[in-house]
Amino acid sequence: MTDTFEMIELVKGLHFSCSREQSLLKAMELAGKRCIPVGCRGGGCGLCKVQVVSGEFSCGPMSKKHVDEQSRRCGQVLACRVYPLTDLTFEYRPAAELASTQQQV
Amino acid sequence: MKKGVMRPGHVQLRVLDIDAAVRHYADLMGLIEMDRDDQGRVYLKAWTEVDKFSVVLRPDDEPGMDFMGFKVVDDATLTQLGKDLQAWGCAVEDIPAEELKGCGRRLRFQAPSGHFFELYADKEYTGKWGVSNVNPEAWPRDLGGMRAVRFDHCLLYGDELAATYDLFVNVLGFHLAEQVLDDNGDRIAQFLTVSMKEHDIAFIMHPEKGKFHHASFYLDSWEQVLRAADLISMTDTSIDIGPTRHGLTHGQTIYFFDPSGNRNEVFCGGDYYYPDHKPVTWMAKDLGKAIFYHDRQLNERFLSVLT
Repeated sequence: MTDTFEMIELVKGLHFSCSREQSLLKAMELAGKRCIPVGCRGGGCGLCKVQVVSGEFSCGPMSKKHVDEQSRRCGQVLACRVYPLTDLTFEYRPAAELASTQQQV
Repeated sequence: MKKGVMRPGHVQLRVLDIDAAVRHYADLMGLIEMDRDDQGRVYLKAWTEVDKFSVVLRPDDEPGMDFMGFKVVDDATLTQLGKDLQAWGCAVEDIPAEELKGCGRRLRFQAPSGHFFELYADKEYTGKWGVSNVNPEAWPRDLGGMRAVRFDHCLLYGDELAATYDLFVNVLGFHLAEQVLDDNGDRIAQFLTVSMKEHDIAFIMHPEKGKFHHASFYLDSWEQVLRAADLISMTDTSIDIGPTRHGLTHGQTIYFFDPSGNRNEVFCGGDYYYPDHKPVTWMAKDLGKAIFYHDRQLNERFLSVLT
């Protein structure tokens, strides 16, 4: 079992590695990549909400205002509280873009 | 005009992990744990504060601010201000004494900005922590972390700033020390004081009501702000921006986040206020310099990262 996993952001096509002790957001910051906006880094502000598309992960505590149980089950989680257990693919879309997508649906 | 509101007294913050929060506010910032209650709340204070607590942490699944409390001069004033608030149109909730341990009865109301505030007259007087009230030494030698001096103010984001101004100035006796005006002359930020400080409470216009931007704590010097920055790095604490200087108030500052994403500030210096001072105005087009005097541009987080 490897301790470092490959993270792939699908919208911009950026890759970086992340260990199981690191949050997805922290690993992105350390790698110098820019595909998720960095807010409070504490699960409170909701700025770094991503859609995990594939892979397994564990989560730290997050504000229920931004991630309720259903969102969590769907893989819509805050990158600052996502700790990978496998390689992950995910998407980040700005909140405004997400809202317009949901309206179309 | 003086209405008997004396000073900021406490802030109750919601946190996701109480143990991590206590490590942050006590070990890193240097607040002193004073008590706990059966709701799981933890009470803390900074060492120069004479009353029992100024920060209350409450475990919850959504971070942010429950309320901020102001101390008034006496119980008769508290009763009068309760009537004044109701006459103005605020619903006022009576919170019995000891709902917060060591605190007398509180009157809670919601400002038009969406935030909850409280007034109270009595809190257990424990004296400054670690020094005697007779021939006191300069400071206690066993303070931790940043050695925060006092809880100073909060900056809150919400709408209806004009009505909130009317409530704080005309009912509660605050003064407008500084403001930010947009091109139409509308106030988009208001820094209000009941003391000689540049702000005891500040509001910035935001479409969503009741949002929390930061709770701020006073430090003695620029060197202490730089030392706080060192401690933020040593502990890998989430930093927002700084050390730098604000244009508004001219305070020297650093912003960072607690483990639940609530923003904190420690700062020193800054301007002072007397009731004959006219408000200082910053123009919205120069907001970058008004907020971050050195960079002269806002970081994205200042306007968008809230709890």
